[in-house]
Amino acid sequence: MHQQIITTARALVFFASTLPLAWLAWLAASDALGANPVETVQRYTGLWTLNFLLLTLSVSPLRAITSQHWLLRLRRMLGLFTFTYACLHLLSFVGFDHDFSAQAIARDILKRPFISIGFAAFALLVPLALTSNAWAVRRLGGKRWQELHRSIYLIAILACLHFLWLSKITEIAQPLAYAVLTGLLLWWRVQNRKQRAIPAPRTTQVQAVKFFRKRPD
Amino acid sequence: SPNDTAQPLPYRRNPAWDPDDKPTPFDAVSSYNNFYEFGPDKDSPKANAQSLRISPWTVTVDGEIARPQTFDIDEIIRWGLEERIYRLRCVEGWSAVIPWLGLPMSELIRRVQPTSKAKYAVFTSLADPAQMPRVRLPVLDWPYTEALRIDEAANPLTLLAVGMYGNRLPRQNGAPIRLVVPWKYGFKSAKSIVRIHFAEQAPRTTWNKAAPHEYGFYANVNPDVAHRRWSQESERRLGEFRKRPTLPYNGYAEQVAHLYAGMDLRRNY
Repeated sequence: MHQQIITTARALVFFASTLPLAWLAWLAASDALGANPVETVQRYTGLWTLNFLLLTLSVSPLRAITSQHWLLRLRRMLGLFTFTYACLHLLSFVGFDHDFSAQAIARDILKRPFISIGFAAFALLVPLALTSNAWAVRRLGGKRWQELHRSIYLIAILACLHFLWLSKITEIAQPLAYAVLTGLLLWWRVQNRKQRAIPAPRTTQVQAVKFFRKRPD
Repeated sequence: SPNDTAQPLPYRRNPAWDPDDKPTPFDAVSSYNNFYEFGPDKDSPKANAQSLRISPWTVTVDGEIARPQTFDIDEIIRWGLEERIYRLRCVEGWSAVIPWLGLPMSELIRRVQPTSKAKYAVFTSLADPAQMPRVRLPVLDWPYTEALRIDEAANPLTLLAVGMYGNRLPRQNGAPIRLVVPWKYGFKSAKSIVRIHFAEQAPRTTWNKAAPHEYGFYANVNPDVAHRRWSQESERRLGEFRKRPTLPYNGYAEQVAHLYAGMDLRRNY
């Protein structure tokens, strides 16, 4: 794939990824966040964190299915947008719910399981965001870097639990749908790994791994 | 038309129930609702409730009473309405201040004369799939059923509301007649009531059936007893950004705390 196309794709994905935030800003500026603006902001940023998390997790399967290996080069950006929306989500909790009081925040994290889980997911995201640059990949080495970044699977499971736990029994459909999607994306990885474990004729998936190790991105 | 809710109602203001709290804007109160018969989201009741026929409407009062009868909503309105500004605290952690138009539940009780066997007042909401498409889904056990102990129902604070902000109730707020029990979480205040049954035994109530550990029968506003998944220590007024502390009995302890003397409020949540 030509560098030019990759650059264009990256620019487009970057622009598209800022749109949910722009829409939120527009709603806020036009006083259209509804009767409970804080709740709107919290739900919205939470949902978009999950959306970007699932998009990030979709890159590998999509690449394997389409053999479009350059798709991998969009993944870091999607991961960083996951982190950005997660920061906004956390910020709305820290600021609106607790007035930035460290004591109140710590108490809530310890007392409420769904908040503990959400916070754990965020805490696990931080090292991934910090090591998302090329320098960190070189320092850690491809293999260790990859092992560290596998915690994204745990983060995804925690994020789904967080969403399921905070939802009322009557509105369980949406978090369940996210859990099923996450389950499918993780299941694909398990299957993929099993296939690779069998000494089989070289497939494009094996190629993909080699590509990855040469050009971590 | 009698189905128009933007109709002013005659009432007198009751200055005893005018808190210092500023009433929440009408737009917020009428666009942010829990009314699962019309959908699960806060904005779905306003969007979906407009098909509800609120006239003619009758309320059947029966059970352990001397004078079982069916009242027409217009007859109830003619008994005389007063305006009371009450705080509303939802179990979900948000709150509002609403000027209701209605009459004390005790007025209805006086007219139907409960027998000594009447220990509970049971309120049933309409559950008509033709007008409320969502009651076809088994989200909750329809019809929506709520209940009060008879002394709670007879407490002077308990209101049967038919209007708010000077007009008839909007459909999404429980038109044409609903309960308002300001010291309890909002889900106790049944909307669009078609039947009030006086019973000797406590009934199973809708939310209590759906999630008994999260929604107790009493559901008194209590900052000291957390919901299973979140704290009840504070609340957010609609339209406000910062939270404020939640008061025991939603600030009505003086009027109602005696009803629960000697009860363990942690067990009877």
